[in-house]
Amino acid sequence: MPELPFELPPLPTIQQVIFVMIAILTVLGALVVVLARNLFHSALGLVTAFFGAAGVYVVAEAEFIGVSQVLVYVGAISTLITFAIMLTRGMMFGATSPRNRQSGTAAMITILIFLVLTALVGAIPWPQAGEPIVEGQAIIAGLGRSFVNEYVVPFQLLAMLLLVALAGAIVLARDRK
Amino acid sequence: MVPLTWYLILAAFVFSAGLFAALGRRNAIAVLMGIELMLNAANINLIAFWRYGPSPAQNLDGQIFALFVIAVAAAEVAVGLALVISVYRNRRTVNLDDLDLLKG
Repeated sequence: MPELPFELPPLPTIQQVIFVMIAILTVLGALVVVLARNLFHSALGLVTAFFGAAGVYVVAEAEFIGVSQVLVYVGAISTLITFAIMLTRGMMFGATSPRNRQSGTAAMITILIFLVLTALVGAIPWPQAGEPIVEGQAIIAGLGRSFVNEYVVPFQLLAMLLLVALAGAIVLARDRK
Repeated sequence: MVPLTWYLILAAFVFSAGLFAALGRRNAIAVLMGIELMLNAANINLIAFWRYGPSPAQNLDGQIFALFVIAVAAAEVAVGLALVISVYRNRRTVNLDDLDLLKG
C-alpha cells in the first residue's frame, strides 16, 4: 500500500456513529418543535427530541437517567402537553403564522447565542475521554444511597414540591361553577 | 469514546431551539415545549460533565442533579399547562400576542 502524503483521521468508533445518529434524531425533533405550523406536529417532534435525549444519556452510560427520561418526559409530560393541545383546540391549525411579532429578533438572538456557545465550547480544551466505568460498579445503588444520605433533605423537599404542584394544578384547572 | 465537545454542541443546539420556541412562538403551549427543550439541554450537559469528570462511578452528583431537574420539570409542566387551560377558559385564546392584560 503506498504511503499517503497526509495522515488519515481516525475512523469513528461504533459509539461515535451511534451518538451522531441519535444527535441527528434529537436535532430534527427540536427543529420540528420550533418550526412546525401545526401544534400537534410540534408535540410529536418533542417526543422525538425526548427519545433522542434518552439515547444520549444511555450512550453516556447513565442508564437510570435514560429510563427516567422515557418514563417522565415521554410518558407523562408528552401526554400532558397533548391533552392541553386538544383542550385548547382552535389554535391547533393556525390560519395565522405560528410565530409572534418579535420572532425575527428572537431568531437573531437565538442564532447569536448558539454561535457564541459553539465557539466557546470549541475554544476550551476539554478532556477527550472520561474514566472508564468498570462492569459491576453499582451506579444505581450509589444513587439510591445518595438520596437517603447526603441528599435526603432536597429529596423530601422535592416530594413536597410535587405534592404542591399536583394540588396547585388541580386548583388552577378546576371549573369554578 | 465520544468527545465531550459533541455533547456540548448538541446541548447548545437544543438549548437554542428551545430558546427560540420560548421567545418567538405565538402559542403558549409551544412556549412551554421550548422550556422543556431547554431543561433537556441542561440535563445533557449535566450528564456529559458527570461522565467526563473525576471518578464518575463514585461521584454521582451530576446524575442526581439531572434527576432533580426531571422532577422539577414535571411539576413545572403540570402547573404551566393548568395555567394555560385556565387562561383559555377565561379568554378563549392561548395566543400570546392577545394576552396583554398587564400591558400599560
